[in-house]
Amino acid sequence: MDVLFRSVHELVELAEREGKLISELMIEQEMLITGRSREEIFTQMDRNLTIMEEAVERGLKGVQSVTGLTGGDAVLIQNYIKKGNTLAGDLLLDAVSKAVATNEVNAAMGTICATPTAGSAGVVPGTLFAVQNKLNPTREQMIRYLFTSGAFGFIVANNASISGAEGGCQAEVGSASAMAAAAIVEMAGGTAQQSSEAFAITLKNMLGLVCDPVAGLVEVPCVKRNAMGASNSLVAADMALAGVTSRIPCDEVIGAMYRIGQAMSPNLKETARGGLAATPTGKAITHAIFEGGDLKSLLKSRVGSN
Amino acid sequence: MKFTSVFDIIGPVMIGPSSSHTAGAARIGRVARDLFGRQPKWAKIYLYGSFAETYRGHGTDVAIIGGLLDYDTDDERIKTSFAEAEKAGLQFEFIPETANKEHPNTARILMGDDESEMSVEGISIGGGKIEISEVNGFKLRLTGGMPAILVVHDDRAGCIANVANCLAMHDVNIGHMEVSRIERGLTALMVIEVDQNIDQRLLEQISYIPHITKVSKINN
Repeated sequence: MDVLFRSVHELVELAEREGKLISELMIEQEMLITGRSREEIFTQMDRNLTIMEEAVERGLKGVQSVTGLTGGDAVLIQNYIKKGNTLAGDLLLDAVSKAVATNEVNAAMGTICATPTAGSAGVVPGTLFAVQNKLNPTREQMIRYLFTSGAFGFIVANNASISGAEGGCQAEVGSASAMAAAAIVEMAGGTAQQSSEAFAITLKNMLGLVCDPVAGLVEVPCVKRNAMGASNSLVAADMALAGVTSRIPCDEVIGAMYRIGQAMSPNLKETARGGLAATPTGKAITHAIFEGGDLKSLLKSRVGSN
Repeated sequence: MKFTSVFDIIGPVMIGPSSSHTAGAARIGRVARDLFGRQPKWAKIYLYGSFAETYRGHGTDVAIIGGLLDYDTDDERIKTSFAEAEKAGLQFEFIPETANKEHPNTARILMGDDESEMSVEGISIGGGKIEISEVNGFKLRLTGGMPAILVVHDDRAGCIANVANCLAMHDVNIGHMEVSRIERGLTALMVIEVDQNIDQRLLEQISYIPHITKVSKINN
């Protein structure tokens, strides 16, 4: 199959040679592969953006998952921001709360757009809607943010994995965060090379992250991993825009992520047999959900002990 | 390349909570129904690997049943598909298996009605993307991303040419084609990916060709 780019190296080189944005190359490749028009492709991505906006909006009003295990944290963080004393900064926490909002809606079996997966669906929109307030992008630039994320995700998916069952959480939230970092850089006016540095810096810091969902649910720790993924993206984007580079080239980081995923025990790849899922509390939650135990008092006692 | 479109990465729009275990599962169910050609009356669903371990938490079960009822990944009815299945006269059973399959997210759907039975195995490869890996014991690789025709036929000379001719007469272009057989001279399978959606008349005409025993399709 004819494609414009298969690696980050090819993508950056092409962007530099033709003087084009990464988002533009992703759009051109999509036209080439599917034979669809630019308008059709833009319209579909516009719809995905709308779905993301609606999910965040719903999450910020407060939702609860079916089990009651997650929900409501996005609201807590927004209320905290409004008090005006955030330590990490309003923009960063805004991204965190919007990432959490999306994943809380996902856990509640609401409608979301997978980016690249449902379990990691919070990072890309969370960072986008937070950066939006600072950079005031046009609607087109916001849609382009998703194409830039998609270009990097496309390379990871084909050269490594975006599946927690295959590569652990590093493949899901790790990929999502790195994709978002690259897109933030483009929206902020950085170069294609800086996008790739931001991608590499983010992914390097998420290598080895296992997929250990309690009770096999996309709730604990998935929701909060999206929060940390979003903050990772923003920090890495700022570092790349400051001129910091990754010593290990982007494609090699992706290769390392793939091999780490291969070496990871199946117990730590979305089977709910290891990690946080296998802790005493993780097991007690599993028991409460599936064997009819008392989840409410279990969760209350956790809050009490904190 | 497994992932060809940007919308494999930024998408699908779906009901949560998992792209591989919910959206992918719904797609496997829907393609299985498409291949069967109608809604089955019963289904036994065998789950392997991570599907077997975590299907209840991810809604993999309601998603596969939703797919068998022809729901798309963003159809809200997925959440209540068990009740919908009862109304639609679809009986089902989930069987988590301990055997290891090549891919961690594998489901095999054995389904049927008074007329026939069919077995379809699918894998969910991440981000909602799926592949069909086996149909009625035949190994194959089908993404469901393109319209496709599956033809079960006697393993005789000329069968493949006759089917290709029939497609040519209908001006249908073949994008990719695979042929396989269980044993020489017995039953064989053609998997033909084509560029445009397939109408029922074309399928009927293929089924009239000598030595063709079964024809099914997936539309995009």
